[in-house]
Formats: sequence, structure tokens, C-alpha cells
Amino acid sequence: MKEYFPFFRNYRKALILAPTLVIIDVFCEIVQPKLMSKIVDLGVSQKNMSYVLHTGGIMVALSLLAIAANVGNIYYSSHASVGFAAELRKGMFNKIQKLSVSNIESLSSASLVTRLTNDVNILQEVIMMSLRLMIRAPLMLLFAVVIAININAGLASIIAIAIPVLAVIIYYILRRGLPFFEKVQRKLDKVNATIQENLVNVRVVKSFVREDFEKKKFGFSNNELREISVKASGTVVLILPVMQLVMNISIVAIVWFGGNKIISGTFQVGQLMSFITYITQILMSLMMLSMTLMTLARAAASSERILEVLNAKVDIFDSPSAIEKNLTVKLGKVEFENVFFKYHSDGSEYVLKNISFTILPGETVALIGATGSAKTTLVQLIPRLYEVSKGRVLIDGTDVRDYTMQNLRKNVKLVLQQNELFSGTIKQNLKWGNPEASEEEIVTAAKDSQAHDFIESFPKQYETVLGQSGVNISGGQKQRLCIARAILRKPSILILDDSTSAVDTTTEAKIRESFNGHLKDTTKIIIAQRISSILSADKIILLDNGEIIGTGTHTELMINNPVYQEIYNSQLLQKENEL
Amino acid sequence: MTNPTTSSGKLTLSGLPGRRARIAVEKPKNSKQVIFRLWKYLIREKSLLFFIVILLLINTGATLAGSYLLRPIINNYILPHNTPGLIRMILLLLSIYIVGSLAAIWQNRMMISVAQKTVSIIRSDLFSKLQTLPLKFFDSNNHGDLMSRFTNDVDNVSDSLNTCILQLFTSTITLTGIFTLMVYISPMLTVVTLFIVPFMLLVASRIIKKSKSFFTSQQVSLGIVNGYAEEMIRGQKVVKLFCYEEIVSADFEKINYELRNKATKAQYYSGVMMPVIQNLNTINFALTATVGGLLAIFRGLDLGGLAAFLQYSKQFGRPVNEISSQYNTLQSALAGAERIFQIMDEIPEIPDIPAAVSLTDVKGDVSFNSVTFGYDAGKVILNNISFGAKAGQKIALVGSTGAGKTTIINLLPRFYDIQSGQITIDGLEIQKIQRISLRRSMAMVLQDTHLFTASVMENIRYGRLEATDNEVIDASTLAGAHSFIQRLPKGYQTILRNDGDNLSQGQRQLLNIARATVAKPPILILDEATSSIDTRTEQIIQKGMDQLMQGRTSFVIAHRLSTVRNADEILVLENGEIVERGSHEVLLKQKGHYYQLYAGQFD
Ligand SMILES: Nc1ncnc2c1ncn2[C@@H]1O[C@H](COP(=O)(O)OP(=O)(O)O)[C@@H](O)[C@H]1O
Ligand SMILES: Nc1ncnc2c1ncn2[C@@H]1O[C@H](COP(=O)(O)OP(=O)(O)O)[C@@H](O)[C@H]1O
Ligand SMILES: [Mg+2]
Ligand SMILES: [Mg+2]
Repeated sequence: MKEYFPFFRNYRKALILAPTLVIIDVFCEIVQPKLMSKIVDLGVSQKNMSYVLHTGGIMVALSLLAIAANVGNIYYSSHASVGFAAELRKGMFNKIQKLSVSNIESLSSASLVTRLTNDVNILQEVIMMSLRLMIRAPLMLLFAVVIAININAGLASIIAIAIPVLAVIIYYILRRGLPFFEKVQRKLDKVNATIQENLVNVRVVKSFVREDFEKKKFGFSNNELREISVKASGTVVLILPVMQLVMNISIVAIVWFGGNKIISGTFQVGQLMSFITYITQILMSLMMLSMTLMTLARAAASSERILEVLNAKVDIFDSPSAIEKNLTVKLGKVEFENVFFKYHSDGSEYVLKNISFTILPGETVALIGATGSAKTTLVQLIPRLYEVSKGRVLIDGTDVRDYTMQNLRKNVKLVLQQNELFSGTIKQNLKWGNPEASEEEIVTAAKDSQAHDFIESFPKQYETVLGQSGVNISGGQKQRLCIARAILRKPSILILDDSTSAVDTTTEAKIRESFNGHLKDTTKIIIAQRISSILSADKIILLDNGEIIGTGTHTELMINNPVYQEIYNSQLLQKENEL
Repeated sequence: MTNPTTSSGKLTLSGLPGRRARIAVEKPKNSKQVIFRLWKYLIREKSLLFFIVILLLINTGATLAGSYLLRPIINNYILPHNTPGLIRMILLLLSIYIVGSLAAIWQNRMMISVAQKTVSIIRSDLFSKLQTLPLKFFDSNNHGDLMSRFTNDVDNVSDSLNTCILQLFTSTITLTGIFTLMVYISPMLTVVTLFIVPFMLLVASRIIKKSKSFFTSQQVSLGIVNGYAEEMIRGQKVVKLFCYEEIVSADFEKINYELRNKATKAQYYSGVMMPVIQNLNTINFALTATVGGLLAIFRGLDLGGLAAFLQYSKQFGRPVNEISSQYNTLQSALAGAERIFQIMDEIPEIPDIPAAVSLTDVKGDVSFNSVTFGYDAGKVILNNISFGAKAGQKIALVGSTGAGKTTIINLLPRFYDIQSGQITIDGLEIQKIQRISLRRSMAMVLQDTHLFTASVMENIRYGRLEATDNEVIDASTLAGAHSFIQRLPKGYQTILRNDGDNLSQGQRQLLNIARATVAKPPILILDEATSSIDTRTEQIIQKGMDQLMQGRTSFVIAHRLSTVRNADEILVLENGEIVERGSHEVLLKQKGHYYQLYAGQFD
């Protein structure tokens, strides 16, 4: 609970005012029946017209006061609950930004999105409700009970039996229903994930004509969601009729005992009538209370999921000493010292095994190896997307963990193999590389990555709007935008992970050429498949199954590394055959 | 870029990356229409609904009868001191209440099951609808916003169906019942009671007008927030690499506060309805009590009668209050339903023409005759493309990025429809072939790899659902994927997550190739299928692919010479036009574009 306090910070006034206004409202409402019975018992029986009119006037005035109090309450409680939800979403989103890649992988993105909107909405609803009903219902209950006791303590003891009975029943119903709601939200995650996947994979679904298959798959998780929802709501909804029953039985008991009292002459009809009115009042407030409890049951499940995000242990963070030292990457020297890595700490085998090498500032190093030999894994350790399991990664002689991530990543730019662009204009996307970049800088970067020409060919040029993940441009165009984005601010270290695989060789050669101009001092690490892309590298590191099996220049490797020779020949042979 | 299916009132938010809502946000539609469509969904459960109404009548009848009995009990049994009669009446009252509660229990449970069934039908209809929409729709709509329609919007509908409908029903019935009783006891007092009704209606309609539009914009904002969050969480690696956390958070804050402002208004205007109505009711009660008191003084209304009437007048207020308290839920449900129906109203892929044929025994002759195409009306991407592939031939498409290679491939399965020209398969124009049959005749390996959350085995089997385990293994062996799959922790049973996040890019491509391989289609399309695969592995695949392509027409796009050199014909594309064509040898000798493209690979 206390995790939520900060999100209420801006709404303290509303949080106090809303319930206060409810108290006024309750007061107004509670005296109405009292006044009414006075009209009957004093006004009518004594035929006192002015008393009737006077009391009626007071009742109207009180109602008007109640309207004012209520409008105020709704005003403040909607501000507080919606405001809280907004702050909570912001807090969660900020927290998600702090989570590491593996943190997010384990929580799953579809589920995070559900939590951010759907679960937060449920909390918002319950707070809105609480700020009115959670105060109102118990107060009304209390007042009504007090007055009922005042009228006749003996009859009131019926309530003293009914309420604990109710409490026990409600407790059991809620206890049964609660776990279902947690499952509802989890099934909702699954539905959400299925939809997300279908949106991403729509071309695959269509090309294999698997619409019906997908519908069936969706139908399955949809059904699961339905079944569990029916169980959850079906359980808690029992509260209403059960409560109604208990209260109605109480009314019957009151009529019986009250009737007997009237028969024996110790009770009056008017008293019985108003007693029943208060019993109805009690019933109503219990009804409200239980509605709130039903919502609370659902909210408890959501709250747990939200807290899971807020309390998630961030596994990659800036150490205090890194913040204090505030080092920046300048030269661009990269060293791996006996690095071991695996994605899951419980995994059996290391993905990277005992990796050691040194790359000097300004060098161009090629990383090659078969598919799955862990090239991508290796380079992702440099900007600390993942943390080494054993050993050290050093940049300019300092462990990457001794830089703040901001300082580290500002100067180490990795172009991912799986490139990601965002919906928005081309310019907005490029500006990710440097939000303050000027027009010329953007154009220069685009020219260096051979993107300028095709951007210019679009009707809206740099203002062309890209769809989500850049669906409306070609694969090679995407890759070149990603490169442009990365070099917009000249980094000390540039890592290209297979970033030109969809780019034709001529264009690729041009990109390499412009790198030699503008990015001459930058340390470049290049993962590529084509030998032509790496021939000019100062050093080639050959990976196989997570281990380094050769390091050296092209000439050196040609002499002493059979695997390299094989790779070279696999490409060279073709050349000889063809030309 | 604009979605042709939506014409009016378009809202294009492009101020921030990630903020796009391409589905038309029309002026709040006629609520009646939305309610009617929802009703059509509900009414599918006719028999259950009928039952529910019966139970509901029993329940409300019991409640009404219970309070009606009070008067005779007081007047006829308690006041005359008739104890045996009182006992009888008490037992009667008790049984009425018990019957009522039992009915209530059943009615609630049944309603929930009807509501959830309805909601799940709506959800699955929405999903089915999604499956029929053209790629254009997906190109231009934000995933997270669409997801929000499935979860948040559907949830709103679900909430209201769960309780709202029932409450409205009960309240209306109770209202009618009580009204009748009131007229029966004192028509004069009834008129006084009704005096306040016009005021209530006036206040209600004022509030309704305001809150409706706020609810709609709240749901739209929620969709935007959902969309932005989804996109940024999925692109989190890039966010981290570019230290964009703060900027992204700031952008999120903006749309988040926009949502807050809209939601606050929606909550306020809808929330204020109930208490205001409730207190108007109390005023009403006060007036009735006063007038009733006066009537009793001057016209001799009996005490029991006055008490009962006041009781009804109080009860009259209750259903009115309940109706107004459901109002909030109802409004958000309508706003949600509106967004759901927006998708349902999107225009699907153009249906097959009635005379469309189903292909049997596809030979695989494919030809393009003067095909011209652009994704958007304004910009031509492919210009006058003509070529032919005879059955069993291998056609290679090469050219610089953005030349239009993928676009050509996209036209074959009719992902997009051409503007002019003709594409034929076995001499039949593809518009005249049933879409399903057309797509079944080909298997594609797309440039962007895509995998599903399922085991490796199931992912490959996606290509042909009937394929046996052995066929899957054979296909992956042919595709060069078998050896790495075996090394995965659980082999073919390893579960892939998040589009295959836990594999290397090359491994994902291998699985995509295996999936197409197992399909064994007459036409095979490989769009840069091995771009991330190392050359040694590629050599292995090459053999497999050559074997697979035997007797199949195949289209291959690649930048690597090794992949394209043995094609029967190579088409060189530049800026959407075929600039050179011929076999590898011929093209090399020409020393034109093709030679240029590949010269780089030999330096
Ligand atoms: N996020 C991840 N979680 C678990 N395993 C992974 C993940 N990413 C890659 N792997 C595994 O690590 C190995 C190396 O992958 P990767 O570094 O991407 O290879 P590549 O050399 O092709 O770039 C592969 O076997 C792959 O299955
Ligand atoms: N879905 C789309 N919507 C709009 N334009 C597109 C879409 N897909 C590709 N384009 C544009 O069409 C042109 C050709 O792209 P494409 O066929 O993917 O090229 P490639 O030859 O690299 O495969 C490019 O300029 C690209 O921007
Ligand atoms: Mg890789
Ligand atoms: Mg392409």
C-alpha cells in the first residue's frame, strides 16, 4: 500500500475534501426520515399545519445543501482518482524505462501494456468509488444503526445478529472470488499477446492462409478468459442477493417482534414504520459497501500486478561510484577480459565462453562466425544491454559498470541486427541520435549512410511519416535510417550488427567509404557475412559457438586458420567460377 | 499514406513519434445505433435472456409484494391484535422474500454468463474482422491502439453488461410497479410526486450531453497511451541505446496528462449525475411528506395509508437513483462499443469476384504484363513491369534497396492490388482466382522474419498444418535448421517467445525457411531469406533449396551472388523498372547494372 502514497501527493487536498463533503451529505440524508416521522407524528397527529410546512422546508433546504456537497465530492474524487491513475501510469512507465532488457523479457511486453492501462483503470475505478462509498456506506450504516437503537434497542438487536452473519458470508465469498480475478488479468494478458502477435505477423498469417487457424487459437484464449471471468464475477455477484436475503429476513423478524410489541402496547405504528425505514437504509448502505468490496476484489488482483512492476528488482543500474566518478568514454578502446555470459542464470551452458580480446581506439574490427555463434550477444555486452556473468568488459581501461549508462551509451552506438524504427516522421526518428541535431547535421548523417537520396525521393522527404516499426519502407532503407540515427552524434565506438544485410553491395561500399571519412577516429566493430565487407578490417575476430577460434588480420588468418580459409573460399570460389 | 477506408473527421496525431491514430475518429455516433448493435449481440442468447427476465420479474415482484404487504399486516393484523393471522402473514412474507432472493441469485449468475458470452463473441468477431482487413489497414494503424480496443474498450462493455442491463431492467420494472401502487393509494399524491420528474429529466439531459463526448475522447486517449507504451516497450533496446528514456518518459507524460484531463471530465460529468438525481428525489420526498401531511390533516388520509405512501415515494426514488448510477458505466460502455464497431465497419479486403476459381494442380506459370503499382495513389513504385516465369523456373530479382523487389513479391498473393496491368498464374488473372486458393499455391519467406509463441515444431508446421513430425524434421534438415534446433535446450519442443526473441536473427531466418519448405507449394518465394545467415551455412541451405526448387516456380531476392547466379532469369530492378534481364553470364558480359552491383563482392 505505501508504495502508492507518492502518487497521491498532488491530490492531498482532494483526498481530504472529498470524504469531508460526503459526511455533510450523509448528515443531510440521515436526518430526513427523522424529520419525516416528525411530520407524521407531531404535525399530522396534532393537525399542526405550520409545523408540517416548516419541517418540509427544512427538508428541502437540506437536500439542496446535499446537492452542493455531492457535486463537490464528485469533483474532488474524480480529480483525485483520475489524477492518481495518471501519476501511477507515469510512475510505472518511468520504472519500466529503468528495467533492464532481461527484466522486460521476463515480464513480457504485452503484459506490461495491460498493466499500464487496464490494471491502472481498475484501481482508478476503485478509488473513485471509495472516495464516495467507502465513507458514505459505513457512515450511513453507523447512523442508521444508532438511530435504530434509539428507537428501540430490543428490536435493534436483530441487526446485531444480521450484520456479523453478513460479514462472515461476504468474507467467504470474497475469499473465493479473489484468486479468480488475478487469473482474469493473466488471461487478459494472453489475449493481448495473441493480438499483438497477430498484428506483427499479419503477413505470415495471410500468406499461409492461416486466418482460421489464428481464429481458433484466439478463440481458445478468448474462451479461457470468458470462463474465468464468469467464475470471478459469478462468485462475487452472489454478495448482492445473499445480502438482500439476510436483510429481508431481518425485516420479517422486525415486523414479527415489532408487531407483537404493538399488540402488547409497548410500541407504536409510526415507530415501526420508521424503524423499517432505517433497516432499509442499513440494507442500502450494506449494498453499497459490498459493491465497493466487489470492485476491491478485482482491484486487489490488479494492484498486485502493478506492484510487481513497481517493486521489480532492476538488475542493471548505475552504481553510486559510477555516478560519483561520472567518467565519459573518450578514446574508444574496448577490452574483453575472460568474459562468460548466459541469458538466464539457471541456464546450463554459457553462450559466451572465456572471451578475451583488445580493440585499440580507431581500429576497425570485424566479428564473424556462423549463425548462432553469439556475435550479437557479444556486442550487446559493450553498451551493457546485458550484464556479463563472469569476467569484465572494459572501455578505455574502465569496467563498463563504472560508467553511468548514460555516459556509456552516449558514446557507444550499437546498430541492432533487428532494427527498430518508431511511428513518426523520418526526421523525428533520426533525431533519436541527437535530439538537438540541426538540419545540416541530420542531412550529413543521412548522406553518410546513403539514406539522403531515397529520403529526398519521397514526396514529403524528411517529413515522411513512418508506420510502426517502419512498415512502409523497404528493409534496406530501414537499415540505412538506423545507421544514420546512430552516427548523428559522432560516437567513440560504433558497432554495426549485420546492419547492411539488406543493402546492396554497391551502396554498402559507399557507406563504408564515408565512414572512413567522417568517422575515422571512431572505433568500429562490424558484424557481417560478406567477406568483402570485412576485408579491409584492421583485425578480424572469428567466433564459433561462443568461443574465439581465431584473431588476426585477413592475411594472418588466411595463413593459420582453416575455418577462416573455409569461409573465405566459400565466397571466393563463386567469384572464380563466375568471372 | 492516408487510409482510403476512412474519409471523414480524420485525426492524425503525428506530433510525437508513436502517436498515430489512423482510424477515423468520427463525431460520437448516434448512441441509439450503438445500443442497437450491442442489443443485437445480446439477443443471441434469447432463451437465457427470457429466463433472466422471468427471474427478474419474480425477484422484483417479491420485493414489491413484500413492501405492499406491510400495510395490510399493520392495518388488518397488528392493529386488530390478530396474532394467528400475523403468524400466517409473517410466514407468507418470509417465503416471498426467500423466493425473491433465490431468483436474484440465479438471475445474477445467468446474466454474468450471458454477458461474458456476449463479450467473448464481440471479442472474437473483432478478431475475425481483423483477419479480413487488408494490409493497408495494418500498415497505418498503431498496434497498441488496436490492442486497447480488444482489452480496455471491450472491458467497458463487459462491465456494463455484467450489472448495468440487469439493474436497468429491474429498476424500470420496479418503477412501473411502484408507480401503479402509488396511483392506487393516492392519485393526488402521485401527481405531486411526479412534479419533480421534468426537473430530473432536464438536469439529466444537460449532463448526458456533456459527458458523452468526454467518454469518447477518454477512450481515444487511452488508445493512444496504450499504443505509445506498446511501441516503446517493444523498442526498449533502442530506447536504452540512445539514452532516450527521459525523452520517451516526457512524451508519455504529455499523452498521459491528456488522458488524465479527458478522463477527469468524463468521470466528473458522469459521476455527478447520480447524487444530483438522488437529492432531487429527496426534495421530492420532502414535498410529498409535506403535502401528504397536509392531506392527512385536511382530507383525512388514513395514517397507515400515508406511511405506506411515503414508503413508496421513498422507494420510487430508489430505482431512479439506480438508473442514474448505472449511467456512468453505460456511457463508458457506449464509448467503448463505438470504438469496437469502428473496426467492425472497416472495409475488408475486396471480396473474391463471384466467378473466382479455385486453383487445382498449379503448374506455376507466372506472368506480369505491364504492371503498374503504388502503395499510395500519388506515388508510383512499380512502373510497367513485365516478365514471365515458366513452370519450374527460378527467377531472381536483384537491385538496390528500395528498387521495388519486395513490392513485386507483395503483389503475387494480392497483399496489395495493382492499379493497372495484369498478373496471371497459369494464364489466369489473379483477380479471378479465389484469394485463399491463390495464397495456398505459394509459400513465402518474408524479408522480416516472424515467429509465433509456440514450440519450434509448431512454428515450422505452420507452413502445412497436416505435416507430421518427421516431415517437419525433414524440412528443417533441408533448410539447414536441424542442427541448431537440436542444440536448443528442448530441441523441437523449445518454446519461442516474443517473435523468437530468444534466437539469433540467422536462426530465425532458418526457421522461416523451414516453414516455407514444409509447405511444399507449387510457387516458392524467398525475399532476402538468407541475408543474416553466414556463407558457410548458406552453402548448406543452397543445396537443400536447389533440391526443393526442382519442379517449382521460384522467386528469389538476394544481394548475394551465390544465391542468384543459377537462376533461369535474373531481373535487375532500379527505381521500380526492370533495367536489365537475362542469365547470369549474359548480364555479367553486359557490364551494366548487374555487373556494378556484384563487382563489390569481388574486391
Ligand atoms: N534473448 C535471448 N535469450 C536466450 N537465448 C538467446 C537470446 N538471444 C540469443 N540467444 C541464444 O544465444 C545464441 C547466440 O545468439 P546470437 O548472439 O544472436 O548469435 P549470432 O552470432 O547469430 O548473432 C543462440 O543460440 C541463441 O539461441
Ligand atoms: N507498405 C508500404 N507502404 C508505402 N510504401 C512502401 C511500402 N513498402 C515499401 N514502400 C516503398 O516502396 C519502395 C520499394 O520498396 P521495396 O519493394 O520494399 O524495396 P526493395 O527492393 O528493397 O525490396 C520504397 O521506396 C518503399 O519506401
Ligand atoms: Mg546476430
Ligand atoms: Mg525488400
